[in-house]
Amino acid sequence: MHRYIPNTNGDAAEMMDVIGVKSMDELFRDIPDNLVLPEALKLEPGISELEIEQKMKELGGNNRSVDDLVCFLGAGAYDHYIPSVVKHLAMRSEFYTAYTPYQPEISQGTLQVIFEYQTMISNLTGMDVSNASLYDGATACAEAAIMAVENTRRDTILVSETVNPETRLVLKNYMHFRDINLVEVPMADGVTDPERLKALMDGSTAAVIVQSPNFLGIIEDLTEIEKIAHGNKSLLISSVDPISLAILKKPSEYGVDIVVGDAQALGNRLNYGGPYIGFMATTTKLMRKMPGRIVGQSLDVDGRRAFVLTLQAREQHIRRYKATSNICSNQNLNALMASIYMVTMGKKGLREVALRCTEKAHYAADKLTGAGKYKLAFNQPFFKEFAVIGQKDADSVNKELLQNNILGGYNLNKEYGIEKGILLCVTEKRTKQEIDQLAALMEVIS
Amino acid sequence: MKKYNKLIFEISKEGRTAFSLPKSDLERRPLENLIPAHLLSGEEVQLPQVSEVDVVRHYTLLSNKNYGVDTGFYPLGSCTMKYNPKINEDMAALGSFSNLHPYQPEDTVQGALAMMHDLDGMLSEISGMARVSLQPAAGAHGEMTGLMIIKAYHEKNGDSKRTKIIVPDSAHGTNPASAAVVGFDIIEVKSTAKGLVDLESLKSALSDEVAGLMLTNPNTLGLFEKDIKEIADLVHEAGGLLYYDGANMNAIMGICRPGDMGFDVIHYNLHKTFSTPHGGGGPGSGPVGVKEHLVQFLPIPMIEKSGDRYFLDYEKPDSIGKIKSFYGHFGVMIRAYTYILAMGAEGLKDASQKAVLNANYMMSRLKEYYKLPIDDVCKHEFVLAGLKEEAGDVITLDIAKRLLDYGYHPPTVYFPLIVHEAMMIEPTETESRETLDEFIDALIKIAEEAKENPELLKEAPHNTPVRRIDEVLAARSPVLKWKK
Repeated sequence: MHRYIPNTNGDAAEMMDVIGVKSMDELFRDIPDNLVLPEALKLEPGISELEIEQKMKELGGNNRSVDDLVCFLGAGAYDHYIPSVVKHLAMRSEFYTAYTPYQPEISQGTLQVIFEYQTMISNLTGMDVSNASLYDGATACAEAAIMAVENTRRDTILVSETVNPETRLVLKNYMHFRDINLVEVPMADGVTDPERLKALMDGSTAAVIVQSPNFLGIIEDLTEIEKIAHGNKSLLISSVDPISLAILKKPSEYGVDIVVGDAQALGNRLNYGGPYIGFMATTTKLMRKMPGRIVGQSLDVDGRRAFVLTLQAREQHIRRYKATSNICSNQNLNALMASIYMVTMGKKGLREVALRCTEKAHYAADKLTGAGKYKLAFNQPFFKEFAVIGQKDADSVNKELLQNNILGGYNLNKEYGIEKGILLCVTEKRTKQEIDQLAALMEVIS
Repeated sequence: MKKYNKLIFEISKEGRTAFSLPKSDLERRPLENLIPAHLLSGEEVQLPQVSEVDVVRHYTLLSNKNYGVDTGFYPLGSCTMKYNPKINEDMAALGSFSNLHPYQPEDTVQGALAMMHDLDGMLSEISGMARVSLQPAAGAHGEMTGLMIIKAYHEKNGDSKRTKIIVPDSAHGTNPASAAVVGFDIIEVKSTAKGLVDLESLKSALSDEVAGLMLTNPNTLGLFEKDIKEIADLVHEAGGLLYYDGANMNAIMGICRPGDMGFDVIHYNLHKTFSTPHGGGGPGSGPVGVKEHLVQFLPIPMIEKSGDRYFLDYEKPDSIGKIKSFYGHFGVMIRAYTYILAMGAEGLKDASQKAVLNANYMMSRLKEYYKLPIDDVCKHEFVLAGLKEEAGDVITLDIAKRLLDYGYHPPTVYFPLIVHEAMMIEPTETESRETLDEFIDALIKIAEEAKENPELLKEAPHNTPVRRIDEVLAARSPVLKWKK
């Protein structure tokens, strides 16, 4: 008997009597004999909790996590502080063992959480509406591109070279299979080059995709890009770091049409790359073109405020192949964690985190470039990440840092051809002492 | 208990805080000295101001308005709402897994890579496939990935006119939607009166323009497609590939395998078959498995082993590329891995057998009171078609809403589309006979109520935190965020 399966063989025998069969095999009589597996699956026998724990701890022992490494690595996944309440509240099993809120009368917890999440994402980005979340920042960006193509009835997407390379790879794939052209806009001095962008725009351009702070950590001024995009009746899609929005100009202030990004930084652990959470916010005008679940406020028959999944006419279970997307889930548990994080940090806390990231990253940049062996790759304003060029390739630098229990930066040579270029990330978790140590070690390495 | 009806924004009060950060060890510098003023926002960000106790009470009280598998029976057909073992959560929360950065050097993540490599092997064995990519984020995402692989395969063979995918009319809505996302046209084939794929309409749909067929087996009616071998041969002879929608894997683990049935591509739903929690709608995980001839097209990176060292392999020139950031929902994979360790081969087979037993038991007891369109052994789920004796204007929706008053999550309703007034019931193996009996008794009682007092059903639910909600109002005048 397995601990997760309550019915005993005695129960089974009685149940088979009710059904009117004599053996378990009879219940599988519709499976042709030549398809029935002749032997057991080649898997190890089931083990106890204690053995599982031992095995998993042993496996975990072959990892070195950011619990014992000092992390200066970002590049799309961020080591921010997560308040204790996030874990405790997200682990309420009424939340995590529920399915999609198809029965709203007994799902008001989930539905209200999403409604509040949508409100906070809308407020952070300054946009009219947000959906209930998508798989991750990269797929959210691809969905935004498809949305723009459907809305403008044009077939080309321009994406800046400064957008996260991982996102561009995903975008490339989604666009290829949908027969949408994808063209890269080169960068100049670490930011999207407006001249090159202008030259690439034409009547087929559905949207321009930019990122700010961009992959290189640089804050891009979207003023001119917005004029170029909208002057051509193309949409402007911007990918953002949600934490940066506590201090930086909001996408809405630039006139962005669709805002996307990854909200892992908001209360979600690094988890070796997933599950993360993609967010999307847009204008009222584009609301009905938005993919994914959306929660709306309504009233019940007694006139009480209540929440439901809404605008479902966009979705696959109604529209089937005409749906705006095939997505039928959201990263609900991750959205819950992001919500609890935003609520806990609140207006003051999120700003404080953003300020500390900025201050510490700038302190680190000053410290590293101060001695002369490293220089900033670009002379541009940045938020929590910055690129430096040293005298040794990034992999060698990182290797030596690792020997000192420091997780170094992202190697910029492969994607950007910046030889000896390294992208460092400094969150609010890093101390002055850790930054000083990093600078001292890097100084010796080169 | 106190009725709670507040939004977090409504309990916010100027000056309250819930966060804590260390005393800053750097001197504060004016922000404008670090970032030019024209890049900064003049507006304050609008987030609530509450204390830690407020946060805890708010979410705890909201959780009380939710219903999960831990609350009670959740026979939602097609969704496999089985018990989510607690040890899964503990293992996924281990810092040595959950606090790994995706770009860490491979030497520092050997345990994580070993787990993923191992899970690939387990899932390949269970489905009879050669290799499995763990990258897809959910079932629908797995479908999309699998279809991209099918398209890439035909493209590689220079077979560019294969632009159509065949989907049965009983299929999940995601099937046609995923095919459309990948740029395929859809041909729908009818089901027979027995609820199975109609071989004649399949034959007439096949041509040299067909890229493949998507099928769930057992299908959405809970019936095993007995002719699967013949179906596979027909599709293969026509030059197409077979795609297996793994939503219903819980019926056949250790009993038969999609690979042996002739399927070329399959996606799993780890959140269904392998006990990872649904999380209120996600995150899921939808690994994709393929036969040997399609391995070259799987997304990059694959996790490979050289000697005793694991590594991420990006050197796959025919790969479809990336379909999401990084390597998939790692946290979900750990839970599924933990589950497979706990079950073993014998446990998984027992799970499928008991899931099928539970479904057949419920079907046998309920068919006296509810219409059963196809009376044959079912697999892990079955579909009813409303009350056996019609009672006024009581419809399936009313029965579902009345079940809420009895403290149950209702079955899936109005799906599959080919059954009128459908109620799709999937009990799973983690429910005891007593639970099933109590639920069956409630459904029988409701059938009686429908005759005696139909209003009781029409107006249900009566004792839930809110009652029936005006969905038309929500869609016509959308209120999608809170405003002061």
